[in-house]
Amino acid sequence: MARAVPTRVKARNTAIAWIIAILIFFPILWTVLTSFKTEATAIADPPVFVNFQWTLENYVTVQERSNYFRHFLNSVVISVGSTLIGLAIAIPAAWAMAFVPGRQTKNVLMWMLSTKMLPPVGVLVPLYLIFRDWGLLDTRVGLIFVLTMINLPIIVWMLYTYFREIPGDILEAARMDGATLRSEVTYVLLPMAVPGIASTLLLNIILAWNEAFWTLNLTAANAAPLTAFIASYSSPEGLFYAKLSAASTMAIAPILIMGWFSQKQLVRGLTFGAVK
Amino acid sequence: MTTLTRALLGATALCTAAGLAAAQDDSVTLTIATVNNGDMIRMQGLTGDFNEQHPNIELEWVTLEENVLRQRVTQDVATSGGQFDVMTIGTYEVPIWGEQGWLVPLEGMPEDWNPEDFLPSIADGLSVDGTLYAAPFYGESSMVMYRTDLMEEAGLEMPEEPTWADIEDAAAAMTDKDNEIYGICLRGKPGWGENMAFLTAMSNSFGARWFNEDWQPQFDSEAWNETFTTYLDLMNNYGPPGAASNGFNENLALFQQGKCGMWIDATVAASFVTNPDESQVADSVGFALAPNKDGVEKKGNWLWAWSLGIPSGTDAEDAAKTFIAWATGRGYTELVAETEGWANVPPGTRTSLYENEEYLAAAPFAETTLQSIEAADPTNPTVDPVPYTGVQFVAIPEFQGIGTAVGQALSAALAGQTDAEQALEQAQQITTREMTRAGYIQ
Repeated sequence: MARAVPTRVKARNTAIAWIIAILIFFPILWTVLTSFKTEATAIADPPVFVNFQWTLENYVTVQERSNYFRHFLNSVVISVGSTLIGLAIAIPAAWAMAFVPGRQTKNVLMWMLSTKMLPPVGVLVPLYLIFRDWGLLDTRVGLIFVLTMINLPIIVWMLYTYFREIPGDILEAARMDGATLRSEVTYVLLPMAVPGIASTLLLNIILAWNEAFWTLNLTAANAAPLTAFIASYSSPEGLFYAKLSAASTMAIAPILIMGWFSQKQLVRGLTFGAVK
Repeated sequence: MTTLTRALLGATALCTAAGLAAAQDDSVTLTIATVNNGDMIRMQGLTGDFNEQHPNIELEWVTLEENVLRQRVTQDVATSGGQFDVMTIGTYEVPIWGEQGWLVPLEGMPEDWNPEDFLPSIADGLSVDGTLYAAPFYGESSMVMYRTDLMEEAGLEMPEEPTWADIEDAAAAMTDKDNEIYGICLRGKPGWGENMAFLTAMSNSFGARWFNEDWQPQFDSEAWNETFTTYLDLMNNYGPPGAASNGFNENLALFQQGKCGMWIDATVAASFVTNPDESQVADSVGFALAPNKDGVEKKGNWLWAWSLGIPSGTDAEDAAKTFIAWATGRGYTELVAETEGWANVPPGTRTSLYENEEYLAAAPFAETTLQSIEAADPTNPTVDPVPYTGVQFVAIPEFQGIGTAVGQALSAALAGQTDAEQALEQAQQITTREMTRAGYIQ
């Protein structure tokens, strides 16, 4: 039976939750506000919150100076491409580990996760040389390959955790009805796992969209995504905060909107398996 | 003829046509790695002029944050990655890379490019054995920028060539902490190009040096002790709070808001602090040469030039030279003057610019900038002889790492975590260890 929670406690918890949410969201809010200030207002001390002369000047400057659409398109192709290829590899892998586990399954899972423990810079030079020799520098194909490999352990782990929630008896029943392996996965497992796959897909698109180390190091002009677009607005000599904020707002807006509309799936994906 | 045969013939004809078109099209795309600052961005806006003159050369700009740029171009040039055809690099990289054979020497440039017109100290900093390996796009030194109104209120006058004692007197007189006015703002953020650029240049003006002729670190010398204690005293007594995290932009913001009495930093800042759109004190800024210790000939000013170089891995060397000749030629200066005004032309590279009356009238800081640049000697930066070149850096590959580690030790003293003696001891230890590892010290 659910425990009755006094209204006062409820109100307190709600207030705490709001404060935490505002604290977490504040950097994004501040970035958006700064993007509408002049450079002089952006550095004003004490800082100006909303009482300033709003301007779209920074957005105009950014539009004039950079080809936003090209960076945006690169971000879409790279993040969606790497996630879809990752899913195509991870679904069979997660199925095998969830429904036909071997003695080494746990170790394989741990080993996959351990690849995330190496700082990326540790393999920068060898990977850069391989990319140079294979002609993959500054190409979308090269970046899709790298981001697929980087995010694959997370995709496999998420799908594995989700598949484990699906009763094996249902798959067994399908097999007894004569379903082939392909039919079993395609017509029985995948429809049941759609929410988990959707949340995995969304989370990985966000991870790939925001990845900055490899996208900055392996691209120049042709395949540079929005992370490179943002980085180009930081200046060693001269004020740049307002323009940088405008560029950042333009870069995060698409993924923020996508996250807003898919928050149910995201929350579900991030919390499944947490309560049994 | 079957459908398949027709399709094959059609495809062959298309391929042939495409091949012919490609053979006739001798267009080249130059990928240029550059840094985000006003002069470089202005150049990107003016590339239409270059395209008109050279329609077969297309320019592709890759603008990066300074540290990312440095890492990316180093990685590319060292591995012959071939991602860039023109690179924006500084006086630190050019001599090292030129010697390594990583850069194309700028020979066979168009006649009207006139490299003899480059300021001698800048050209020296970009040459190896007399051969130019990069062309300066804009040059800078450092100087004192001060508030004329506050100096007047204090009843003081800034000498054209102040000593560190003059600077301390002025800082003390202008400081009004209750009204958030700090007598002096200096770099404190750790980094070889941040606080160490300032402190290394300052140490030259006290007669200090990084290494003796046998590459032995000299942080245990009296000259370094005097340099650093003077710096700490100035900043602790008259500097803004939190100065250990202030770099160029932070101090620029403070000065523009009227919170600094003096600021000793890059000459390029002069155009920002005198710009009424950005600066609240634009009308009351004076300029003086960087200080020296009384009796020491060297001044505490540095020398830097953002320059354009061609990596040896490029397959578009001729087009890259054509572009560099356009970007660093006198024609470009005139183009900027025509479209943006004389005050906005890239400063500090050509002698002829400082003989131009229109420029001198538009840029009140021009004379001090020129004197500052001329006062810096990258080949002979210190009072005592040294085995290296570079005014505010040591032109060896190891310096980026060592300079940043030493910068962290010295910045910690400014933050109050250690004292001057401990910081210099740590600097000596770090430098000795790294130079021994690198094989300079046996």
